[in-house]
Amino acid sequence: MSTKKFMYLNRRAPYGSVYALESLEVVLIAAAFDQDVSLSFIDDGVYQLVEGQNPEGIGMKNFSKTFHALGDYDINQFYVSAESLEERGLSLDDLMPLVWEDEDDDWAEKPSIKVVSNVELTKILSEQDVCLSF
Amino acid sequence: MLHTVNKSSFERNSLKSCLNAIDDTSVILLIEDGVISAANNENSSMLAGLATEGRVFALQEDVDARGISSKVADNIKLVDYAGFVDLVEEYGTTVSWV
Amino acid sequence: MKISIQINEGPYQHQASDTAYQFAKAAIAKGHEIFRVFFYHDGVDNASRFTIPPQDDRNVVNNWASLDIKNAEGEPELVVCVAAALRRGMLDEGEAGKNGIDGNNIHPAFRISGLGQLIEAGIQSDRLVVFGD
Repeated sequence: MSTKKFMYLNRRAPYGSVYALESLEVVLIAAAFDQDVSLSFIDDGVYQLVEGQNPEGIGMKNFSKTFHALGDYDINQFYVSAESLEERGLSLDDLMPLVWEDEDDDWAEKPSIKVVSNVELTKILSEQDVCLSF
Repeated sequence: MLHTVNKSSFERNSLKSCLNAIDDTSVILLIEDGVISAANNENSSMLAGLATEGRVFALQEDVDARGISSKVADNIKLVDYAGFVDLVEEYGTTVSWV
Repeated sequence: MKISIQINEGPYQHQASDTAYQFAKAAIAKGHEIFRVFFYHDGVDNASRFTIPPQDDRNVVNNWASLDIKNAEGEPELVVCVAAALRRGMLDEGEAGKNGIDGNNIHPAFRISGLGQLIEAGIQSDRLVVFGD
Protein backbone atom coordinates (compact mmCIF):
# COMPACT_ATOMS: atom_id res chain seq x y z
CA MET A 1 0.00 0.00 0.00
CA SER A 2 1.14 3.51 -0.72
CA THR A 3 1.79 5.93 2.13
CA LYS A 4 -0.48 8.90 2.44
CA LYS A 5 -0.50 11.82 4.81
CA PHE A 6 -3.54 11.64 7.08
CA MET A 7 -4.66 14.58 9.20
CA TYR A 8 -7.09 14.15 12.08
CA LEU A 9 -8.72 17.52 12.63
CA ASN A 10 -10.03 17.90 16.20
CA ARG A 11 -12.02 21.02 17.02
CA ARG A 12 -14.27 19.92 19.85
CA ALA A 13 -13.85 19.67 23.60
CA PRO A 14 -14.01 16.19 25.16
CA TYR A 15 -17.03 14.77 27.08
CA GLY A 16 -19.70 17.24 25.88
CA SER A 17 -19.97 15.17 22.72
CA VAL A 18 -18.52 11.87 21.56
CA TYR A 19 -16.43 13.26 18.69
CA ALA A 20 -13.17 13.51 20.66
CA LEU A 21 -13.36 9.95 22.01
CA GLU A 22 -14.37 8.41 18.69
CA SER A 23 -11.69 10.40 16.85
CA LEU A 24 -9.11 8.90 19.19
CA GLU A 25 -10.52 5.44 18.45
CA VAL A 26 -9.85 6.00 14.74
CA VAL A 27 -6.33 7.19 15.46
CA LEU A 28 -5.64 4.01 17.46
CA ILE A 29 -6.73 1.90 14.50
CA ALA A 30 -4.75 4.13 12.13
CA ALA A 31 -1.62 3.13 14.05
CA ALA A 32 -1.90 -0.34 12.51
CA PHE A 33 -1.72 1.07 8.98
CA ASP A 34 1.65 2.23 7.77
CA GLN A 35 0.60 5.80 7.02
CA ASP A 36 1.91 9.24 7.96
CA VAL A 37 -0.44 10.35 10.76
CA SER A 38 -0.81 13.89 12.11
CA LEU A 39 -3.31 15.25 14.59
CA SER A 40 -4.30 18.88 14.85
CA PHE A 41 -6.08 20.46 17.78
CA ILE A 42 -7.84 23.70 16.98
CA ASP A 43 -10.55 25.73 18.74
CA ASP A 44 -12.04 23.81 21.70
CA GLY A 45 -10.18 20.73 20.45
CA VAL A 46 -7.21 21.94 22.51
CA TYR A 47 -9.12 20.90 25.65
CA GLN A 48 -8.68 17.25 24.61
CA LEU A 49 -5.01 17.53 25.59
CA VAL A 50 -5.38 19.42 28.88
CA GLU A 51 -3.63 17.73 31.80
CA GLY A 52 -5.66 16.74 34.86
CA GLN A 53 -8.99 15.73 33.30
CA ASN A 54 -11.20 13.98 35.83
CA PRO A 55 -14.54 12.88 34.37
CA GLU A 56 -15.26 10.50 37.27
CA GLY A 57 -17.98 12.80 38.58
CA ILE A 58 -19.82 12.82 35.24
CA GLY A 59 -19.64 9.03 35.03
CA MET A 60 -17.41 8.86 31.97
CA LYS A 61 -14.10 7.21 31.21
CA ASN A 62 -10.95 9.36 31.26
CA PHE A 63 -9.79 8.61 27.73
CA SER A 64 -7.19 11.38 27.74
CA LYS A 65 -4.73 8.85 29.16
CA THR A 66 -4.83 6.99 25.86
CA PHE A 67 -3.01 9.88 24.19
CA HIS A 68 0.10 8.85 26.14
CA ALA A 69 0.13 5.47 24.37
CA LEU A 70 0.19 6.92 20.84
CA GLY A 71 3.91 7.72 20.92
CA ASP A 72 4.64 3.98 21.12
CA TYR A 73 2.85 3.57 17.78
CA ASP A 74 4.88 6.29 16.07
CA ILE A 75 1.99 8.71 16.26
CA ASN A 76 3.89 11.73 17.46
CA GLN A 77 2.85 14.68 15.30
CA PHE A 78 0.41 16.62 17.48
CA TYR A 79 -0.10 20.14 16.17
CA VAL A 80 -1.83 22.47 18.63
CA SER A 81 -3.01 25.89 17.54
CA ALA A 82 -1.16 28.62 19.44
CA GLU A 83 -3.98 31.06 18.77
CA SER A 84 -6.62 28.63 20.09
CA LEU A 85 -4.59 28.06 23.28
CA GLU A 86 -4.09 31.77 23.82
CA GLU A 87 -7.77 32.63 23.26
CA ARG A 88 -8.63 30.14 25.98
CA GLY A 89 -6.04 31.32 28.50
CA LEU A 90 -4.05 28.11 28.07
CA SER A 91 -0.41 27.40 27.32
CA LEU A 92 1.75 24.38 26.57
CA ASP A 93 2.29 23.96 30.33
CA ASP A 94 -1.41 23.16 30.75
CA LEU A 95 -1.23 20.23 28.31
CA MET A 96 -0.27 16.62 28.94
CA PRO A 97 3.48 16.03 28.45
CA LEU A 98 3.10 13.58 25.55
CA VAL A 99 6.37 12.00 24.40
CA TRP A 100 7.75 9.43 21.98
CA GLU A 101 11.09 7.63 21.80
CA ASP A 102 13.20 8.30 18.72
CA GLU A 103 14.89 5.05 17.69
CA ASP A 104 17.16 6.97 15.31
CA ASP A 105 18.46 9.02 18.24
CA ASP A 106 19.31 6.34 20.83
CA TRP A 107 15.65 6.19 21.94
CA ALA A 108 15.75 9.75 23.20
CA GLU A 109 12.43 10.90 24.61
CA LYS A 110 11.01 13.74 22.56
CA PRO A 111 7.83 15.81 22.89
CA SER A 112 4.94 14.87 20.58
CA ILE A 113 3.11 18.18 20.93
CA LYS A 114 4.11 21.13 18.81
CA VAL A 115 2.39 24.44 19.38
CA VAL A 116 2.03 26.06 15.97
CA SER A 117 0.82 29.39 14.60
CA ASN A 118 -2.01 29.67 12.11
CA VAL A 119 0.58 30.19 9.38
CA GLU A 120 2.39 26.95 10.27
CA LEU A 121 -0.89 25.08 10.62
CA THR A 122 -1.98 26.29 7.19
CA LYS A 123 1.21 24.92 5.67
CA ILE A 124 0.92 21.56 7.45
CA LEU A 125 -2.71 21.23 6.40
CA SER A 126 -1.89 22.01 2.77
CA GLU A 127 0.51 19.03 2.67
CA GLN A 128 -2.15 16.44 3.63
CA ASP A 129 -3.67 13.82 1.34
CA VAL A 130 -6.62 12.96 3.56
CA CYS A 131 -8.26 15.08 6.24
CA LEU A 132 -10.68 13.43 8.66
CA SER A 133 -12.79 15.93 10.61
CA PHE A 134 -14.38 15.17 13.96
CA MET B 1 -7.47 22.21 -1.37
CA LEU B 2 -11.20 22.51 -1.04
CA HIS B 3 -12.51 23.71 2.32
CA THR B 4 -16.18 23.10 3.04
CA VAL B 5 -18.00 25.10 5.70
CA ASN B 6 -21.47 23.98 6.76
CA LYS B 7 -22.14 26.32 9.69
CA SER B 8 -23.55 29.81 9.85
CA SER B 9 -20.91 32.29 10.96
CA PHE B 10 -23.52 33.68 13.36
CA GLU B 11 -23.74 30.37 15.21
CA ARG B 12 -20.28 28.78 15.12
CA ASN B 13 -16.69 29.73 14.43
CA SER B 14 -16.16 27.19 11.61
CA LEU B 15 -15.75 29.85 8.92
CA LYS B 16 -13.34 31.85 11.05
CA SER B 17 -11.24 28.75 11.75
CA CYS B 18 -11.29 27.83 8.08
CA LEU B 19 -10.12 31.32 7.12
CA ASN B 20 -7.25 30.97 9.61
CA ALA B 21 -6.05 27.82 7.87
CA ILE B 22 -6.60 28.43 4.17
CA ASP B 23 -3.60 28.88 1.89
CA ASP B 24 -3.36 31.05 -1.22
CA THR B 25 -4.37 28.36 -3.68
CA SER B 26 -7.39 26.89 -1.91
CA VAL B 27 -11.08 27.65 -2.23
CA ILE B 28 -14.10 27.59 0.09
CA LEU B 29 -17.44 25.95 -0.63
CA LEU B 30 -20.32 26.99 1.62
CA ILE B 31 -22.89 24.23 2.11
CA GLU B 32 -25.89 23.61 4.39
CA ASP B 33 -26.15 26.44 6.98
CA GLY B 34 -22.76 27.62 5.75
CA VAL B 35 -24.55 29.39 2.88
CA ILE B 36 -25.80 31.98 5.36
CA SER B 37 -22.28 33.39 5.07
CA ALA B 38 -22.85 33.82 1.34
CA ALA B 39 -25.61 36.38 1.91
CA ASN B 40 -25.10 40.08 2.33
CA ASN B 41 -25.16 40.61 6.09
CA GLU B 42 -23.03 41.93 8.93
CA ASN B 43 -20.54 39.07 8.53
CA SER B 44 -20.05 39.55 4.77
CA SER B 45 -16.67 41.19 5.23
CA MET B 46 -15.25 37.84 6.40
CA LEU B 47 -15.40 36.49 2.85
CA ALA B 48 -15.28 39.65 0.74
CA GLY B 49 -11.56 39.47 -0.05
CA LEU B 50 -11.52 35.82 -1.05
CA ALA B 51 -14.75 36.26 -3.02
CA THR B 52 -13.16 39.05 -5.04
CA GLU B 53 -10.41 36.59 -5.94
CA GLY B 54 -13.08 34.15 -7.13
CA ARG B 55 -12.31 31.64 -4.40
CA VAL B 56 -15.69 31.39 -2.66
CA PHE B 57 -18.45 29.08 -3.83
CA ALA B 58 -21.88 28.37 -2.36
CA LEU B 59 -24.17 25.42 -3.00
CA GLN B 60 -27.13 26.68 -5.04
CA GLU B 61 -29.59 24.13 -3.64
CA ASP B 62 -28.81 25.16 -0.05
CA VAL B 63 -29.08 28.85 -0.95
CA ASP B 64 -32.46 28.24 -2.63
CA ALA B 65 -33.70 26.10 0.26
CA ARG B 66 -33.10 28.97 2.66
CA GLY B 67 -34.74 31.61 0.45
CA ILE B 68 -31.66 33.80 0.20
CA SER B 69 -30.78 33.55 -3.50
CA SER B 70 -31.47 37.27 -4.04
CA LYS B 71 -29.16 38.15 -1.12
CA VAL B 72 -26.02 36.35 -2.28
CA ALA B 73 -23.04 38.69 -2.14
CA ASP B 74 -21.19 39.81 -5.27
CA ASN B 75 -18.44 37.53 -6.55
CA ILE B 76 -19.64 34.43 -4.71
CA LYS B 77 -20.06 31.70 -7.29
CA LEU B 78 -23.01 29.34 -7.12
CA VAL B 79 -22.57 25.65 -7.92
CA ASP B 80 -24.96 22.70 -7.86
CA TYR B 81 -24.13 19.22 -6.48
CA ALA B 82 -22.44 18.31 -9.77
CA GLY B 83 -20.34 21.46 -9.36
CA PHE B 84 -19.51 20.34 -5.81
CA VAL B 85 -18.16 17.07 -7.26
CA ASP B 86 -16.11 19.05 -9.80
CA LEU B 87 -14.58 21.17 -7.02
CA VAL B 88 -13.63 18.03 -5.09
CA GLU B 89 -11.97 16.68 -8.22
CA GLU B 90 -10.20 19.91 -9.12
CA TYR B 91 -8.88 21.02 -5.73
CA GLY B 92 -7.45 17.80 -4.26
CA THR B 93 -7.76 17.16 -0.53
CA THR B 94 -11.06 18.25 0.98
CA VAL B 95 -11.10 19.71 4.49
CA SER B 96 -14.49 19.83 6.20
CA TRP B 97 -14.91 22.44 8.91
CA VAL B 98 -17.79 20.66 10.60
CA MET C 1 -12.11 9.24 -9.86
CA LYS C 2 -12.52 7.08 -6.76
CA ILE C 3 -14.32 8.96 -4.01
CA SER C 4 -15.08 7.87 -0.45
CA ILE C 5 -17.36 9.56 2.03
CA GLN C 6 -17.42 9.72 5.84
CA ILE C 7 -20.75 10.58 7.48
CA ASN C 8 -20.75 11.67 11.10
CA GLU C 9 -24.45 12.27 11.73
CA GLY C 10 -27.65 10.27 11.67
CA PRO C 11 -30.64 10.89 9.42
CA TYR C 12 -33.09 13.77 9.90
CA GLN C 13 -31.41 15.49 12.89
CA HIS C 14 -28.74 17.03 10.64
CA GLN C 15 -28.48 17.66 6.92
CA ALA C 16 -25.13 15.85 6.69
CA SER C 17 -26.50 12.54 5.42
CA ASP C 18 -28.80 14.26 2.89
CA THR C 19 -25.96 16.38 1.51
CA ALA C 20 -23.69 13.35 1.31
CA TYR C 21 -26.39 11.43 -0.56
CA GLN C 22 -26.94 14.25 -3.08
CA PHE C 23 -23.17 14.53 -3.50
CA ALA C 24 -22.76 10.77 -4.03
CA LYS C 25 -25.63 10.71 -6.52
CA ALA C 26 -24.10 13.58 -8.49
CA ALA C 27 -20.67 11.93 -8.42
CA ILE C 28 -22.07 8.66 -9.77
CA ALA C 29 -24.02 10.54 -12.45
CA LYS C 30 -20.75 12.13 -13.56
CA GLY C 31 -19.15 8.71 -13.91
CA HIS C 32 -17.08 8.69 -10.72
CA GLU C 33 -16.84 5.64 -8.49
CA ILE C 34 -18.02 5.83 -4.89
CA PHE C 35 -15.48 3.45 -3.38
CA ARG C 36 -17.02 3.44 0.08
CA VAL C 37 -19.39 5.37 2.30
CA PHE C 38 -18.33 5.03 5.94
CA PHE C 39 -20.90 5.76 8.64
CA TYR C 40 -19.40 6.86 11.94
CA HIS C 41 -20.55 8.47 15.20
CA ASP C 42 -24.37 8.84 15.06
CA GLY C 43 -24.00 8.32 11.31
CA VAL C 44 -24.47 4.61 12.00
CA ASP C 45 -28.19 5.32 12.49
CA ASN C 46 -28.48 5.83 8.73
CA ALA C 47 -28.35 2.04 8.40
CA SER C 48 -31.51 1.25 10.37
CA ARG C 49 -34.06 -0.80 8.43
CA PHE C 50 -36.71 0.29 10.95
CA THR C 51 -37.05 3.99 10.15
CA ILE C 52 -40.55 5.11 9.21
CA PRO C 53 -40.53 8.71 7.99
CA PRO C 54 -43.88 10.39 7.14
CA GLN C 55 -45.03 9.59 3.59
CA ASP C 56 -44.48 13.13 2.33
CA ASP C 57 -40.86 13.21 3.57
CA ARG C 58 -37.77 11.72 1.99
CA ASN C 59 -36.62 8.30 3.17
CA VAL C 60 -32.95 8.80 3.96
CA VAL C 61 -32.16 5.11 4.49
CA ASN C 62 -33.86 4.06 1.26
CA ASN C 63 -32.10 6.89 -0.59
CA TRP C 64 -28.77 5.38 0.37
CA ALA C 65 -29.92 1.86 -0.48
CA SER C 66 -31.09 3.07 -3.91
CA LEU C 67 -27.56 4.09 -4.88
CA ASP C 68 -26.65 0.40 -4.80
CA ILE C 69 -23.03 1.06 -3.82
CA LYS C 70 -21.23 -2.29 -3.94
CA ASN C 71 -17.74 -3.62 -4.57
CA ALA C 72 -16.62 -6.08 -7.26
CA GLU C 73 -17.55 -8.99 -4.96
CA GLY C 74 -21.09 -7.66 -4.69
CA GLU C 75 -20.75 -6.67 -1.03
CA PRO C 76 -22.29 -3.36 0.06
CA GLU C 77 -19.84 -0.49 0.37
CA LEU C 78 -22.17 1.39 2.69
CA VAL C 79 -20.11 0.49 5.74
CA VAL C 80 -21.20 1.01 9.33
CA CYS C 81 -18.51 1.26 12.02
CA VAL C 82 -18.93 -1.70 14.36
CA ALA C 83 -17.73 0.04 17.53
CA ALA C 84 -19.97 3.05 16.97
CA ALA C 85 -22.87 0.79 15.95
CA LEU C 86 -22.76 -1.54 18.97
CA ARG C 87 -22.61 1.46 21.30
CA ARG C 88 -25.82 2.78 19.73
CA GLY C 89 -27.75 -0.46 19.43
CA MET C 90 -27.25 -0.97 15.70
CA LEU C 91 -26.75 -4.70 15.09
CA ASP C 92 -26.61 -7.05 12.15
CA GLU C 93 -27.44 -10.72 12.51
CA GLY C 94 -23.86 -11.68 13.33
CA GLU C 95 -23.38 -9.08 16.05
CA ALA C 96 -26.81 -9.82 17.54
CA GLY C 97 -25.90 -13.51 17.74
CA LYS C 98 -22.46 -12.85 19.23
CA ASN C 99 -23.95 -10.60 21.89
CA GLY C 100 -27.01 -12.72 22.64
CA ILE C 101 -29.55 -10.17 21.46
CA ASP C 102 -32.74 -11.36 19.79
CA GLY C 103 -33.02 -8.91 16.94
CA ASN C 104 -31.10 -7.01 14.33
CA ASN C 105 -31.76 -3.77 12.54
CA ILE C 106 -29.17 -3.22 9.81
CA HIS C 107 -30.65 -2.63 6.36
CA PRO C 108 -29.35 -5.21 3.84
CA ALA C 109 -27.83 -2.50 1.65
CA PHE C 110 -25.34 -1.79 4.47
CA ARG C 111 -22.74 -3.88 6.23
CA ILE C 112 -21.01 -3.61 9.61
CA SER C 113 -17.24 -3.56 9.70
CA GLY C 114 -14.26 -2.14 11.56
CA LEU C 115 -12.71 1.30 11.63
CA GLY C 116 -9.86 0.00 9.48
CA GLN C 117 -12.31 0.30 6.57
CA LEU C 118 -12.29 4.08 6.99
CA ILE C 119 -8.51 4.25 6.90
CA GLU C 120 -8.44 1.88 3.94
CA ALA C 121 -10.98 4.08 2.13
CA GLY C 122 -8.64 7.03 2.67
CA ILE C 123 -5.72 5.05 1.27
CA GLN C 124 -7.52 3.56 -1.73
CA SER C 125 -9.57 6.56 -2.84
CA ASP C 126 -8.49 9.65 -4.74
CA ARG C 127 -10.63 11.76 -2.43
CA LEU C 128 -12.30 11.37 0.94
CA VAL C 129 -15.01 13.87 1.83
CA VAL C 130 -16.40 14.24 5.36
CA PHE C 131 -19.99 15.26 6.07
CA GLY C 132 -20.87 16.06 9.65
CA ASP C 133 -22.24 18.60 12.06
